[in-house]
Amino acid sequence: METHPQAGALSDESVLVAEAKAGSYAAFEELVNRYEKKIYRLGLNVTGNPEDAEDMLQETFLKAFEHLQDFREDSRFYTWIVRIAINQGLMKLRKRRSSKEVQIEDTSNDDGEVIPRDFADWRPNPEEELERTELEEILQNAARLLPMTFRTVFFLRDVEGLSTEETAEMLNLSEGAVKARLFRARLRLREELSKTLKRG
Amino acid sequence: MNCKDALRQISGYLDGNMDDELKSMLQVHLKCCHHCQIVFDTTKKTIELYCDGKLFPLPNTVRERLHDALRAKWESRSK
Repeated sequence: METHPQAGALSDESVLVAEAKAGSYAAFEELVNRYEKKIYRLGLNVTGNPEDAEDMLQETFLKAFEHLQDFREDSRFYTWIVRIAINQGLMKLRKRRSSKEVQIEDTSNDDGEVIPRDFADWRPNPEEELERTELEEILQNAARLLPMTFRTVFFLRDVEGLSTEETAEMLNLSEGAVKARLFRARLRLREELSKTLKRG
Repeated sequence: MNCKDALRQISGYLDGNMDDELKSMLQVHLKCCHHCQIVFDTTKKTIELYCDGKLFPLPNTVRERLHDALRAKWESRSK
């Protein structure tokens, strides 16, 4: 992997951002190196397919490159990048809206109950017992069944580690709506995974 | 606390957003309710699986295409 020759000296992200803004491609590339894996994974999880995830990855960093001077640094660089990525991903999904596999919104009430039905215990270490690609397929199939906003809330909060406030702002939702969707997304994913990951 | 109330609190408990009294009521319930304990454990495991950094790796070819595209953009801007 290509690394910035002064990566040690430029370890602080705000220094990298300042250098990239001043025209250092190496500094910008170091920022890309830090976050490309996470943005690709987010793309796979949000869009559900590798081609869209690659497009989302490229468009995100090309846009970040174009608009770097507009980044006001009142948020983390990563949060800014995720915002761009999410906008790209949502646009991509809206274009495929007619596709049956894309459920954009949940039509039921946010306060509706999610009632667990599967109480079987899971095999203890599915990540060790299953092939990586098999487990990835199971996880992606379960995520695909969630309405897009639920899925996006889950990945932003639980996987990317954004706060409730950041997630709410990014998706134009209230913090209460983020919490309600996260709760339902977690339980629905659990229920779906239970079908394949339970013992026996 | 009954099962319905316990399930409503599981998400907050996972986030660590819960006052001490409610937390201890939930912990007591989980200790004596096998079903709710399983829902809690498997919900936690669900999050852990999706967070597993070994899954969904970035393929080298995808990474190379990204860096080629960025470098081309950079060079066209520098001209």
